[in-house]
Amino acid sequence: MKSLKNKSKALRILLYAVLFLMTAIMIVPFLWMLSSSIKVDKEVFDIVNFQWIPDTPKWSNYIEIWTKIPFARFVGNTVYLTIVVTLLQLFTSSFAAYSFAKLDFKYKNILFFAYIATIAMPWQVYMVPQFIMMRSFGLNNKLMAMIFLQAFSVFGVFMMRQFYLSIPDSLCEAARIDGMTEYGIWWKVMIPLSKPSLATLTIFTFVNTWNDYLGPLIYLQSNEKKTIQLGLKMFIGQYSSEYGLIMAGSVLSLIPVLAVFMCLQKYFVAGVASSGIKG
Amino acid sequence: MENATKCIDVEKEKMISRKKRERKKNVVAYSFITPNFIGFAVFTLVPILFAFLLAFMEWDGSNQPTWAGTSNFQSVFSDSLFWKSIEHTIIYCIGTVPITMLLSLLLAIVLNQKVKGRAFFRTISFFPYVGSLVAITAVWTMIFNPTKGPVNAILYYVFHVANDNLPNWFAGKLVMVSYIMFSVWKYMGYYMVIYLAGLQNVNTELYEAASLDGANIFQKFRYVTLPQLRPTTFFVVVMLTINCFKIYDIAIMLAGGGDNKLGSSATVLVYYIYQNAFQFWKLGKSSAAALALFALVLIVTMIQFKGEERFAND
Repeated sequence: MKSLKNKSKALRILLYAVLFLMTAIMIVPFLWMLSSSIKVDKEVFDIVNFQWIPDTPKWSNYIEIWTKIPFARFVGNTVYLTIVVTLLQLFTSSFAAYSFAKLDFKYKNILFFAYIATIAMPWQVYMVPQFIMMRSFGLNNKLMAMIFLQAFSVFGVFMMRQFYLSIPDSLCEAARIDGMTEYGIWWKVMIPLSKPSLATLTIFTFVNTWNDYLGPLIYLQSNEKKTIQLGLKMFIGQYSSEYGLIMAGSVLSLIPVLAVFMCLQKYFVAGVASSGIKG
Repeated sequence: MENATKCIDVEKEKMISRKKRERKKNVVAYSFITPNFIGFAVFTLVPILFAFLLAFMEWDGSNQPTWAGTSNFQSVFSDSLFWKSIEHTIIYCIGTVPITMLLSLLLAIVLNQKVKGRAFFRTISFFPYVGSLVAITAVWTMIFNPTKGPVNAILYYVFHVANDNLPNWFAGKLVMVSYIMFSVWKYMGYYMVIYLAGLQNVNTELYEAASLDGANIFQKFRYVTLPQLRPTTFFVVVMLTINCFKIYDIAIMLAGGGDNKLGSSATVLVYYIYQNAFQFWKLGKSSAAALALFALVLIVTMIQFKGEERFAND
């Protein structure tokens, strides 16, 4: 019995050791980023006298970044894009998903097959013809192009449909007998029930739109239209040795996504589990 | 007689009203789909069809396109840079998929135990996935900076690696190692969540039965947990594979320097597609390479589905 206890104690120690090691690997780059963002360039790489917090923190990095590049403009563009795309995505996905999950109609299977067939199709396969097409619509160098590009994802429809399938049909039937229209059922029954899935989809869409690089790189050329990712990358290209400033900009670009993630994360595992993202 | 026609009339009316109801039902259903479907059809389906057409044309994007037959494919397949980019992409996938899968499973198992501060640890492990590539590759390139970075400094001061032997993480063969390490680090947390969701569905009654049979913790894992996680593992592997072929951003941010250009030792397939389209404006050639990417993803995914079927039948 005692050896069994020792054994389980050893296991627990191993468990915590793995946990701490992995967490350290995950978090250290972020701590290093924070620490470097308040340093002068010389201190960033001073490994011998390394300090997490320098004796005289250079907070001015966080002010300077706004004047060195049009950072506010980049942030504004990104916020606008991300909010519009996320709202559109949530609305159109859950709207279409309701029909696929709870209604019967002609050509349902063919339409759904069109969605499924493109899930495994990497965007990179058709990004060039898509750009040519958008350009012919006059959407090159327009934020609108990025909205069209990201607001109608197949993934969102699929995910929401999987969730709606798990809601019993009898609930919709009961609502229909009570005289609710289909739109009413969607809004008053399905939406309130699908909070975890909507939260999960919000995290995915928000993160993807906020962090997207290749899309904006192709579509947005002028400085007034650039997103935060493009702007930050441009800054790194121009001032590659201004380490403190680069890190301050990086920290600022991370805050909104981390904030959204932390707000919604309590729904997250439940959302992944119930939406059948796991297959 | 009169009665009979009346009867038919009533039947007819019933049918018409049923048809009407049916039509109304269809209209309502379509109204739900339309907002998403229009966007999907115009901005995804049409470009996909266009991509297949473009691969057989010669076009610089401004002059008249001309029919090119299979010449784009010939020029892609005879391009050594194309094969180099395929080779790198495949090496990257072979490295990334198993390592990410194993580590995310390990992390999920650890975070599924009753450990103190579990929520905190779960949140942290998701940070790399949520963080923007530009920001975290900026840190990454500093940490692994060949001359000044802390990693090489540790190699120098602690392990006494001579100055000339210090590795350059972003050049030569090592660049692939950097891609893989970075990608595992960034995406591990995401797949951990999927495994965590899978673990919630594992039937725990079987553990008790296994305990009664005297199974130790590793045997329980091997014979109880792992088989039940198979659908999750399958999903994780398929998603990892599809995603790893798309590698582009990671490559240009780690090895692309200030001008976003990749040398031949660091190039990947999507970069090849991008370069041919937006630097050389050979849209046909670029689309031919894009179809090669699609074929590659399709073949690998199909093999995986076949393998899964076989495994499930055993």
